[in-house]
This record gives sequence, C-alpha cells and structure tokens, in this order.
Amino acid sequence: MHLPSVWFGLIAVLFVGYLFLEGFDYGVGILVPFLGRTDQERRALVGTIGPVWDANEVWLITAGGAIFAAFPDWYATLFSGFYLVLALLLAALIIRAVALEYRSKDDRPQWRARWDELLVVGSAIPAFVWGAAMGNMLHGVPINAQMNYVGGFFTLLNPYAIIGGIASLLLFTLHGALFLSMKAPLELAKRADQAAFRIGWLTTLFYFSFVVLSYYFANLRVRLGVDPGPVPVLAGFCMIAIRFVLQRGLRGWAFALTGLTIVLSTISVFLTLYPRLMISTLNPRWSLTIYNASSNGYSLMVMTIVAITVLPIVLVYQVWTYWLFRKWVSMDDAFHY
Amino acid sequence: MTVVGLARLQFGVTTIYHFLIVPLTIGTALQLAILETIYWKNPTPKMRALLDFFGRLFLLNFALGVVTGILQEFQFGMNWSSYSRFVGDVFGAPLAVEALAAFFLESTFIAIWIFGWDWVSPRLHLWSIWLVAFGTSLSAFWILTANSFMQEPVGFVLRHGRAEMVNFFALLGNPQLWVEFPHTEIAALATGGFFVAGISAVFLRKGKHVEEFHLSFRVAILTAAVASILVIIIGHEQAQHLIVSQPMKMAASEALYHTSSLHAPWTLIAWIGPVRQVNRFVMAIPYTLSILAYNSLSGRVVGIDALQHLYVHRYGPGWYVPPIVVTFWAFRLMILTGFLMAAIALRAIWLEHKGILLKASNFLRVVSWSIGLPLLGNIMGWVMTEVGRQPWIVFSLMKTADGVSPTVPMADVWITLVGFGGLYGILGYIDTRLLIKYVRLGPEANEPESPHPPLFQVVNPTDS
Repeated sequence: MHLPSVWFGLIAVLFVGYLFLEGFDYGVGILVPFLGRTDQERRALVGTIGPVWDANEVWLITAGGAIFAAFPDWYATLFSGFYLVLALLLAALIIRAVALEYRSKDDRPQWRARWDELLVVGSAIPAFVWGAAMGNMLHGVPINAQMNYVGGFFTLLNPYAIIGGIASLLLFTLHGALFLSMKAPLELAKRADQAAFRIGWLTTLFYFSFVVLSYYFANLRVRLGVDPGPVPVLAGFCMIAIRFVLQRGLRGWAFALTGLTIVLSTISVFLTLYPRLMISTLNPRWSLTIYNASSNGYSLMVMTIVAITVLPIVLVYQVWTYWLFRKWVSMDDAFHY
Repeated sequence: MTVVGLARLQFGVTTIYHFLIVPLTIGTALQLAILETIYWKNPTPKMRALLDFFGRLFLLNFALGVVTGILQEFQFGMNWSSYSRFVGDVFGAPLAVEALAAFFLESTFIAIWIFGWDWVSPRLHLWSIWLVAFGTSLSAFWILTANSFMQEPVGFVLRHGRAEMVNFFALLGNPQLWVEFPHTEIAALATGGFFVAGISAVFLRKGKHVEEFHLSFRVAILTAAVASILVIIIGHEQAQHLIVSQPMKMAASEALYHTSSLHAPWTLIAWIGPVRQVNRFVMAIPYTLSILAYNSLSGRVVGIDALQHLYVHRYGPGWYVPPIVVTFWAFRLMILTGFLMAAIALRAIWLEHKGILLKASNFLRVVSWSIGLPLLGNIMGWVMTEVGRQPWIVFSLMKTADGVSPTVPMADVWITLVGFGGLYGILGYIDTRLLIKYVRLGPEANEPESPHPPLFQVVNPTDS
C-alpha cells in the first residue's frame, strides 16, 4: 500500500464530503433572505440545516488537519501562498457561523435582517472561493524551487479562476435550492423549485464554460495526472439531467444529481492533479507532489491507523444524525435559529 | 515592527482570544452534563428551565469557541509556513486526530443536544451532553499534545532538515503533556465552575429562583473548589518539571538574573529591571522558591546569566532570554488568581455549610465578579508558557524568527491582524451583550425550543 497515495485519496474524500455537505449549507445560506419573506419563513429555511451544518463544516477542518499531517509542505505552501484568499474565506466562515447562531437571539427586525445579510455574504464567499481555488489548482500557480508561492493576490483572480468561482457559487446555490425543495415547508419548497429553475440554466452555462476553459488553461494533455476518463463526462451528464428530473417533480433525485455533479467534479480535479498537489507554473519540477511534500512513512502509518479506526465511527454517527433529523421542517415548528 | 513581530502579535491576539473562550466552554459543558444528570434522575420543569438557561449561555460562548478555532487550524500554515514545513510531520498528526476524533464528536452531539429534546430518549440526550463534554476535553488533550512538542520535543529525529516522527507513543507520553494537560484541563473545569456559580450567585442575591440556582451554585462551587486546589497542586508539579525541562523559562519568570542562594527565596513582588539586571523594592518569601522548585528548603535555582552562557555554548551564539517583565508578572498573576479562586470557593462552601450563604449578599457579589478570575488566570498561564518559551518556537530545535512564512508580505499580515482583531472584538462585544441580556431575562425567557412536533409532518396546503 502506497501511503502517500492513500492520504491523497483520503484528503480527496474529505473534500468530497465537505463540498457535498457544506455545498447545500452554503446554498441555503445564500437563499434564505430571497426565499423567506417573513421571519418565520426564514427561520424555517435555516432550520433545514440547523442540526447538521456545524458537523458538515468539520469536514473542512479535518481536511485542513489531514493536509498538515500528511503533506506538511502542501499545507505550508497552500495557506501561506493563498494567504489573503484564505483569510477572506476564514473570516466568511466565522461570520456565517455567528450569523446562524446569533440571528434569532434578538427580536428586532433590523438585527435579524443584518445577520441574514451577513449569512448571505458568509455563505457566498466560500462557495465562490472553492471554485476559484480549483481553477488555480488545475492551472497551477507560481511556486519557486523552495516550494514557496511567489505570486500575489491578483495572480489568483484570473478570468479562468473567476469563472470557476461563479460556477461553484451557482452550483452550490442550486444544490441548496434542491435541498430546500426536499426539506422546507411546502410553500417554501415550491419557491426553492422556482429558484432552481431560474438559476439552473445559468449554472449549466458557467459549469460547462469552466469545463471547456479547463481544456485550455489546465493544459490537460501535457499536465494530466491520471486520466479521469468518464468521471467528468458523468459529472456533465448529471448537470444536464437535473432539469429534466426536476420537471418530473423528482426532488430527491434532483438533489442527488447536483450532489453527484459536485462529487464527480471534485474527484475529477483530484485525479487530474494526482500525483501532484500543487502545480508550479514556473517549472514543472518545482511542483509539489505526494512524493516530495509528504510526511515520513511512520507518521503516515500512524495516521492511517487512526483514520481507519475513527473515520467509520464518525460516518456512522453522522449518518445517524441525518436519519434522526430526516423529517420535513414545518412552519409550525419552533426554531432554535 | 518586523514581520516576525507582527506575525507573533497576530497569533497572540487570535490565540489568546480563542483561549479566553475555550476553557470556559470546556468547564461549562461539564456543569451542564452534571445538571442534566440531576434532571434525568428527577425531571422537574424548574430543573429543565435551569438547564435551558445555562444551555443558552453555553451556546453563545460555544459558537465563539468554534469559529475562532477555525482560524487556529489554518493559521500555522498562513503565518508560520517554515515552522509548518519543519514540524508538520510530528505536529500535524495531533491536529488531524483532534479534528477527526473530537470536532466531529462535539459538533454532532451538540446538535443532538440542542435539537434532540423530543427526538431522542432522555438517556440518549444525557449521553449527548456528556459526549460533548468529553469531546471538548479530548480536543484539549490533542492540541496540548501538539503544544507539548513545542515545549519539549520528543519522539522525533532530525532528517531531511526537518523533525520527523519516529515514535507516536513518545508524543503521547511526553512528560510535559502530563503536567500541561491536567493543569489546563482542570483550570478549564474551574473556569466553568466559577461561571455557573457566579451567574447563580446573581439570582441568589436577588432572591429569584432560589431553589434551582442554589442547586446549580452548590454543584458549581464544589467543582470550582476541588478544581482550584488541584490546579494549584498540579501547577506546582508543572513548575518542578519546568526547572528540569525549560530552566530558562523558570529563571525568566522569577526575574532571577543570577543563580540563587542555597535557600532560594520567592519574590512576591518587585520592580523588575531587566536592563540593568537589578530588581528593586523586592518583597520575597524565604525558602519558597526552593520549595517550589524541589520540594525542599534548600536547592539552588539556576539564574539567567548562567543559562544564557550554557545555551550559547550548546546552541550557538544568540540571545536566549525570554521577555522577563511579561513572564514575571504573568506567573504572579496566575498564582494570585489560583489562590483567590481556591479561597473564594472554600469560603463559599464554608458559608453554605453554616447555612448562611444566602444571606451573605456581599460575598455573593464577590462570587459573581470572580467569573473573571479563572479567565485571567488562564490567559496569564498561557502567556507565561508561550512567551517564556521564546526565542524558541520549538524548544531547542527552531527559533520563532525562523518559523515565519518567508513570502507573506508585511501588509498582508497587517490586514489579517487588524481584520481578525477587529472582527473578534466585535464578536466579543456582541457575545457579552447577549450573555448579559439572557442573564437578565433569567430562566423565564424560555423560548419554546421544541414543542413536540409530529415525526412526519402532514403538509397543510394553506400553509404559507
């Protein structure tokens, strides 16, 4: 068993879990003030993710810890290199979590309106950043021989990355709308459906723009890691199928399809990268790979044992919470948030 | 200010803020678990209202602990990338285990605790708060495992210019960890005890809800008393370990420029003059430093000059003395808060034993103000341990100045320092305001958090 590859895979799994789960949380956060007209409606919308969003976010924290433990150089280069972007992302996550926790702690309408605005901003920023980050990861960034990022903030804000960011922002919003269409009270679920139809075509447009651009900017033929083969094609089919499934009123399936689009796209990105972690645009030999950036074998072995012991338990109780809180949210509920 | 100075300031500000909240939530989680156990045995509406009341306060703080923790997970890489490359092999593992084992546990079961009142059995609900309490302490254990490596590196070899892990169990058995973790964990339990006791005291003084708050007061003050005494004892153990593992930290915390006499006195207060290496207006207790260091009336404690000389010999040219004024006063303030906490908690128990606690209005006011004591003590302890380790980021292996990110511009560090500093300030203000608001509202402000909805909802078509 090649441990660096195992950890590359495990980190991919953590990101897949994070983007699938927090993806709809972000979407719901973005949609709350647009779909909810009264305060009670907004509380119902937030209530759909109430018991799960916090644990969903832990997937990201765990991915961060796993990157640190398994590939310290990746951790160091990525977070010192994408410094301001990461700071923005973290500030957004902080504001978003506090907005969720504090919005209903005061009755004043201005108080709640202000937190709802912050909830939208705090959800939209990470939703955008991850697509943009994927763009930059696929395209590569200026990394020198000492593994240090030598570009600036605006190096990361190139048109390709921005299209990727808009695509992920829209995709997560759609994912959130379809989640609401399953979980929210009927009237709100209908509005979520309408929102899904309204942004669906735009999402498809930006998604495929990003895919097409990837063929040029990610320069796949030269730099391809593992040929992702049918995976991105399947992701594309899922993306197209969402509309038709939703028109037939198959809400669960529609949600599953946005989920699959997210999962398969993330897998495609990781396959394309493998065995590289960060591509250097200055010199391919300066790229970070699972070979030159990993922890030593002993460290990885310890972590592997811990992960295969603990992760299944975590999965069991996470799945169990989703089962526990599986019911539709009703307008008559009294909401914590 | 240099990039290193700025990066340190940024890390200090964000970490101290995080550490202000986290021990409080660790300790309060245990208080809630005990209170819910009492409720589980005898479920009365009053007890439930009390539980909900402290639960509301807990969740306000818990949210801040969680969000400030997000930054912690990533900022080693942001500002300290050279450090992260150097120690990631060893240091990353406990962080990853912390997230995997503790954060998932906390976040999942806190949700069950908040939302699950009518969805899970009372027994499972009780389990979930105990699991939250366990998760918060587990998290403390793993992050302190990582920190202990910075204080006392073990279980590694230097290879390829970095520290690589060779023995995970050496990390877990790090002697530093087994003084640092109990000391910090028990201080956290004391913090929670004083928080619940202090809030309860407000109601006892006003004569409102006396029955419930008398109960929570007794539980909390007992925890606080036991924890405060233990924290002093373990603190003493830790000081004795410090003499062996990081004597320079001890010497700096004592402002001991030259090696002490055979019967070393302990300086209670003094005007510290680190430049001329002379302290004035010294008030000292004879023999006490020897006792502190060796449990004996006699024993020399090595001074700063001798250690500086030794370290130059051992680690090459350089200045190995941490900031003396800061560590000296941090150490004393920590000790002062510890003894005050123990005294106040014991006095409360004495008054309770005599049956005159409820009439001791002024004393109850003191207990309420004491909520701040452990918070101050925690911060001072943390400052002493981290500032006192300087100039090292990993003791004896890497200096702080070498750990900083080489390519992050100063302007960027300023942006995040001011940005996160400002954000945390605003959040702290809002949190405090909300805490005060909910304390004023008292247990009556019982929002109907879960009114027994049906498991499968029948959708009403006229529902809008």
